[in-house]
Amino acid sequence: MSHLAQAMRPNITPIRPASSAPLTGSRAVNRHRLAGLCALTLLSLGAGAARAQLKIEVTSGVSDPVPIAIVPFARSVPADSGLDVAQVIQHDLEGSGRFKALARPQMPANPTQASAVVTADWKALGEDYVAVGRVTPLDGGTLAVDFDLLNTLTGQRIAGQRFVGPPGALRNAAHRVSDVIYEKIVGIRGAFATRIAYVAVDGQPPAQRFQLIVADADGENQRLVLESRYPLMSPCWSPDGQWLSYVSFENKKSAVYVQLVRTGERRQVSARAGINGAPVWSPDGHKLALTLGGSGGNPDLFVLDLQTQSLTRITDDPAIDTEAAWAPDGKSLYFTSDRAGGPQIYRIGLQSGDKPKRITFGGNYNARPRVSADGTQLAMVTLDNGNYRIAVQDLSSGTVRVLSRGHLDESPSFAPNGATLIYSEREGGRAGLATISVDGLTGLRLKAEQGEVREPAWGPFTQ
Amino acid sequence: MRKILIVLMMAAALASVGCKTKPPKASPSESQSQTGSGADTSGADAANAGSVGTDDEVAGPQAGLLAKRVVYFDFDSSEIKGEGTDIVAAHAKYLASHSSARVRLEGNTDDRGSREYNIGLGERRAQSVRRALMLQGASEAQLQTVSYGAERPAVQGNDESAWSKNRRVEIVYLSPGAQPQTKR
Repeated sequence: MSHLAQAMRPNITPIRPASSAPLTGSRAVNRHRLAGLCALTLLSLGAGAARAQLKIEVTSGVSDPVPIAIVPFARSVPADSGLDVAQVIQHDLEGSGRFKALARPQMPANPTQASAVVTADWKALGEDYVAVGRVTPLDGGTLAVDFDLLNTLTGQRIAGQRFVGPPGALRNAAHRVSDVIYEKIVGIRGAFATRIAYVAVDGQPPAQRFQLIVADADGENQRLVLESRYPLMSPCWSPDGQWLSYVSFENKKSAVYVQLVRTGERRQVSARAGINGAPVWSPDGHKLALTLGGSGGNPDLFVLDLQTQSLTRITDDPAIDTEAAWAPDGKSLYFTSDRAGGPQIYRIGLQSGDKPKRITFGGNYNARPRVSADGTQLAMVTLDNGNYRIAVQDLSSGTVRVLSRGHLDESPSFAPNGATLIYSEREGGRAGLATISVDGLTGLRLKAEQGEVREPAWGPFTQ
Repeated sequence: MRKILIVLMMAAALASVGCKTKPPKASPSESQSQTGSGADTSGADAANAGSVGTDDEVAGPQAGLLAKRVVYFDFDSSEIKGEGTDIVAAHAKYLASHSSARVRLEGNTDDRGSREYNIGLGERRAQSVRRALMLQGASEAQLQTVSYGAERPAVQGNDESAWSKNRRVEIVYLSPGAQPQTKR
């Protein structure tokens, strides 16, 4: 019936990262990038296939954001390809909702060295901090990004660092500067130099197009990882940030894959009868917890050892057991089950014979758990007065706070610093991505210009 | 497209051009990780997945109720009701008398709530139709199920009229097995 028209076309197009990059990249450049000895990572390998451009809108911020001036950095023309490093940093910091940056026309000067900053001038404008910096070319074609952060009250230089890497990693260097500034001033490790993965969907069945996309945490630098006519779901990062696991229906039944993001190499790891779903990496990266339904259609949790291929059953219940999330110590799983009627979140230890213990009790719909890296917070989808929203439960006290304000919010994922969640929301009929800080104070929205973007997964810190 | 299942994209291919047509061949060392694919599903299973992936849908019978292929459900329910009961009965009768006919039961939900949990709910609906078909004479070998959860909506929209059209099981006829069926 419906899908017959497209019968002969391939369902899926695996994407090689470099395929969309300008060919100037060449093998030598790639190898250079792969050397991995520089302070920068390989994040920008293969300049992106930016299909669904994301627009950022800050939806909420603290009432007294920190005033900071981020002075344009000294450029390195043409090696910096025109990237405005200070602009990227300003965008990061303002996007956090905790900073207010001074507009450039109001800047009294354009220093690029700490020694050239007259802090009193900036203090007079109400700025608490000034950041200055420069991009300089090094031998061998790499670039150095140096910055200094000054406190205008004391006149002291309170932070400064150099990041070195290939020109293609300049944006990542800017995010790393943002991380340092954020941590110095806010006291929380910044997560700007991290990546997110998400699913973009265009069109209606049978002409749907699903894309698995990786981008910087600010939505920029997008790269297409995989494209399919059939659903792609549930992306999850490996703990080392190199691999993604996901579910693909490219064969008109579900299967779980793992894929090396840098090269596109992928492996099918589960294509058993019935549901193959909700894969999540163990904290040590050696295993996947996943949902298998079997031919009888009863979803239970299993753990698959990626090296030995051995499969261990974790739950055995006629209810739907799915959406596993590892505790950070790797010794237990949180998961969704409707064994008590509606979906609620349970935890089960991985020692055989352990019985699930119910974790959520408020309301009649709590699902899709995710645990913060420090193990103290549980994020979930909760039904709140008829609206599906993102809530966080403090695992020691049991206190639940509903954070999001939407109608159909879903798929929460913690930033690796545990301070922010990214999730998908449905605003104006189309799914977009949004973030909210765990304290509820700041948030922003990342919306695609067309189609839907959903199921965001925030990657780990990388070195 | 069977090869796609096990395509391994190589770092060495990074510099080459033209990706749309054919994936690069896996090198021997990479084939190893490929053998590793599928855990206790064997290579045979993987190949099987490939054959399902080739488009195998056929128009199927069209007479009377048999032309109707969609069974609808209430919110959070997998109970077959109303016209759905008659549609399922008609297909059960057809399957019972056409032993080479095969169907795939595609379970779907509306798009509220969490996605993987919805996969579970869609599967429950597909299984509900599967059981009803078997109770009325279809054989297990004729039936396969898949749940798309909320991923393949029939209708876009954020109200009950859209949601009610998306909570469904689609009965999809597949090309019969080796023996061609005779129509009566």
